[in-house]
Amino acid sequence: MEAIECDLMIVGSGMAGMAASLFAGQRRIDTVQVGVTGEIQFASGLLDLLGVHPITAGSAVQNPWEGIRQLAKTRPNHPYARLPLGTIRTAMETVVEFLNQAGLPYFRCADRNLRMVTPVGTVKPTYAVPETMAAGVRALEEKWQTLLVDFHGFKGYSALQIKETLRREWPGLRTLRIPFPGLAGDLYAERMAMALHRPENRRQLAESIAEGLGGCRAVGVPAVLGLYRPQEVAAELGDRIGVSVFEIPTMPPGVTGLRLRQTFEERLPDMGIRTWYQQKVSSVRRLADGRFRFELDNTISAKTVVANSAVLASGRFFGRGLTADRSGIRESLFGLPVVQPSSRDQWHHRDLLNPSGHPINRAGVEVDSHFRPLGRNGAPAFSNLTAAGSILAHQDWIREKCGSGLAIATAYGAVQQAISICAAKKKQPPVVG
Amino acid sequence: MRRHLYKTSVLVIGGGVTGTGLARDLALRGIPSVLVEKRDINAGASGGNHGLLHSGARYIFSDPAAASECRRESLLLKKLAPHCIEDTGGLFIAVAGDDENYIAAFPDLCSRSGVPVEELSVEEARCREPALSSRVIAAFAVDDATIDPFKISLENIAHAQRLGCRLLRFHQVTGFQTRGRRIIAVHLLNKATRQEAVVEAEVVVNAAGSWAGSVAAMAGAEIPIVFSKGTLLVSQDRYAQRVINRLRRPTDGDIVVPGGTVSILGTTSERVTSPDVIYPEVHEVDLIINESAEMIPSLANARYIRAYCGVRPLIGRQDTGDDRNVSRGYELFDHNEGADPIENFVSITGGKLTTYRLMAEKAADVVCRRLGSCRPCRTDVDPLPDTVNARWTEPGLAPSNWFHRNDPDDTLLCECEMVPRSVVDSIVKSLRRRAGAPSMKSIGLRSRIGKGPCQGTFCSQRVTAYLYDRKVLKGSQGLDELRAFLRERWRGQHPLLWDVSLAQGEMLEAMHCGLHGLELTDESPSEASPPSSDKHPDPVDVKGQQDGSH
Repeated sequence: MEAIECDLMIVGSGMAGMAASLFAGQRRIDTVQVGVTGEIQFASGLLDLLGVHPITAGSAVQNPWEGIRQLAKTRPNHPYARLPLGTIRTAMETVVEFLNQAGLPYFRCADRNLRMVTPVGTVKPTYAVPETMAAGVRALEEKWQTLLVDFHGFKGYSALQIKETLRREWPGLRTLRIPFPGLAGDLYAERMAMALHRPENRRQLAESIAEGLGGCRAVGVPAVLGLYRPQEVAAELGDRIGVSVFEIPTMPPGVTGLRLRQTFEERLPDMGIRTWYQQKVSSVRRLADGRFRFELDNTISAKTVVANSAVLASGRFFGRGLTADRSGIRESLFGLPVVQPSSRDQWHHRDLLNPSGHPINRAGVEVDSHFRPLGRNGAPAFSNLTAAGSILAHQDWIREKCGSGLAIATAYGAVQQAISICAAKKKQPPVVG
Repeated sequence: MRRHLYKTSVLVIGGGVTGTGLARDLALRGIPSVLVEKRDINAGASGGNHGLLHSGARYIFSDPAAASECRRESLLLKKLAPHCIEDTGGLFIAVAGDDENYIAAFPDLCSRSGVPVEELSVEEARCREPALSSRVIAAFAVDDATIDPFKISLENIAHAQRLGCRLLRFHQVTGFQTRGRRIIAVHLLNKATRQEAVVEAEVVVNAAGSWAGSVAAMAGAEIPIVFSKGTLLVSQDRYAQRVINRLRRPTDGDIVVPGGTVSILGTTSERVTSPDVIYPEVHEVDLIINESAEMIPSLANARYIRAYCGVRPLIGRQDTGDDRNVSRGYELFDHNEGADPIENFVSITGGKLTTYRLMAEKAADVVCRRLGSCRPCRTDVDPLPDTVNARWTEPGLAPSNWFHRNDPDDTLLCECEMVPRSVVDSIVKSLRRRAGAPSMKSIGLRSRIGKGPCQGTFCSQRVTAYLYDRKVLKGSQGLDELRAFLRERWRGQHPLLWDVSLAQGEMLEAMHCGLHGLELTDESPSEASPPSSDKHPDPVDVKGQQDGSH
């Protein structure tokens, strides 16, 4: 079977892989992207840049750009510290603009983190929220009289829990539980979202909410307002009810992650990216001319991709970019060295919520200033391989609340490097490295 | 502040298997009692063991008397509490390199203690248990079985309560009031409400397990106890139908016990200075896996769901050496002896799960003598009733009931172990009927919630949301509940996080810290304090809370 040839191979289809494909596509790089659905399916839809720093103090970051500047000073190994602030801004700007154009618009304030309600009633600092959540940010900020709606059979989401937990900060909350139009029994977010693409279900939902509205100025519902163009569903409900309707993230996996995934999956091929989702790279080999030869595998077919350069955005343990057994942590595909604690008893604290974060979360692939993973001798392992996203060492995206920003910014850095390699290759014959 | 005063004949301190067994024994003899427990049922060693009903064969060498006791008691329990027991049978197997002298002496020592044993060919043993190693060189069948330690304690206390015993959970003993040689009152603190309570009893029995020494000390008595921590592992699958014991002198990682759909591997034995803050540790996990894999090689690459540990209270001198040489027999202390006698104070401690009934009987006999009562023990003849209260700890029961009911509104809150809303309702109801306060942890203890592969990642929030809807929780109690429940689960997960479990653990943290920011809601985070109910007492019961919109 003939091998597929490309300039750039992107391994991974989480936020980092998707962003890398977007950046490569915009620069018209001949790109193949491969990956199984990973973390993005579990995304809350919120785009974090930097929410907490320093994590030991648990301090919420007001201005994320200023926060990143501080972080880069105190943690010079952090992947953010490898990029000028302006580059991080450009990367973030590009993705948000793309999502706006693609029909999944986002809301943000230029230099200030937003505060968004979570399904357990806490408030999370984040950089940007889907437009469907924007009214919720404002309602919380201005303490509007707001009606929180939930549904019979939709477990893990209780309006009363959110209201009670927020009682002190947001006293103007009321709750309403109603049946979900057209569905009964155990409800799942994806099916509910699909059901709301039927006009009669939207009408019925608006009626039930309007009946219980009382004097409220806004209505908060779980994030199930459609899989496609949810802002239009929210707007229609708002028009019918007469007040703003906003979404609150649900327990993962919800539709917020699905929307992101779909938006990328639909748009990237239009930009010329050859995408093979639900396919896994089973092995990679470096050819004598320095190119990488990837073997792709799924149960139906096998493919081979030969690439001039590659971006490794395969994620951590959940995404299987890293694997661990009792003796240690390995990088799954290239066998790159992994920076890690000296022994397994150092991986995790005994307390889940230890404020300093679990040391294993800072394990990962070490890169140079061009996002090239380092080999055992401390020099770049391959001149034409870069890495991006949560696989990188020296960050704790969970505790720092920087998952999307880290993925997007490092993808930008990694693709820039790949582009310069491709450009150099075009000028001179490949060098065996 | 109002102080609760309870007057009773007997105060039992400690809600483990001995204390609950004693409460039932007394109740069956018509003697009223109050049982106080500082945490919840089986919070100590009674909840941190293999759930092994010993045939006695393990003790034939070190403690032949204990071996004979195990034999007699296990026969009795199989007859009287069959719903708590799976009569699996057991094997003792030796692998190449094990002490041949011990193997040769084994059948003789068994018969001397009256423990039945049947020698098997290696082929026969591997035919019965195909997972056994090809390096097995000797095998014997014995009458081991498994017992659900939570169920047996919950059944004992449920029966005792039905006969009039009063259970006070989350009540810690804070002091003894004595007059002359008698205890006239015992002071308690309700850790949920911070209210004080007092019990006036004619006789006080200290069945506080590993805490028996500190309870006795408060009364001015002394019990020499050493603490031995034992860690156990739960695998995702069941690797053997029978209890598999290593045929050698008892040491680390030499027993694999089936527990419903899983296997339980253990144990270790490490001296600790206090029973209060204990964790299963990485080096223990590795030791147990490596040793158990000698018997069942596939255990080397198994997926493990949870590790847990208990502290064995061993009665003895503070000398060094292997704690397994300290007797596993129980000790009954009548404190009406010695230099500073107390007339109405008895301690019962040590022993093992298999002989809990006998320990309770012996303690109750002493109590009866003090009370001048001569009603005989009935726990050796009366079957232990099978009540609904203790049912939901049984794997597979909740799912089969749920299928049977086929109620579309009865949604599953725990999808791993298939626990529906109705089970949570029934537990909440029974806790409230006994004036208890339902919490995530107390519901977890009484059901399979959080015990599957996701270890509470999803069901923790589903149950919390549901408890708000049922008005069990209010204010920000849900955050306290989530933190306490997830911390307790994490305690048993953190040394087992590699491969798939590590990905699961990452998911858990991404959800509860990444999205929910639970770590930022903790006002007094500290590694030193145990993530146990000590720090997170049950929320107060909130009867009659109204929210008009639901």
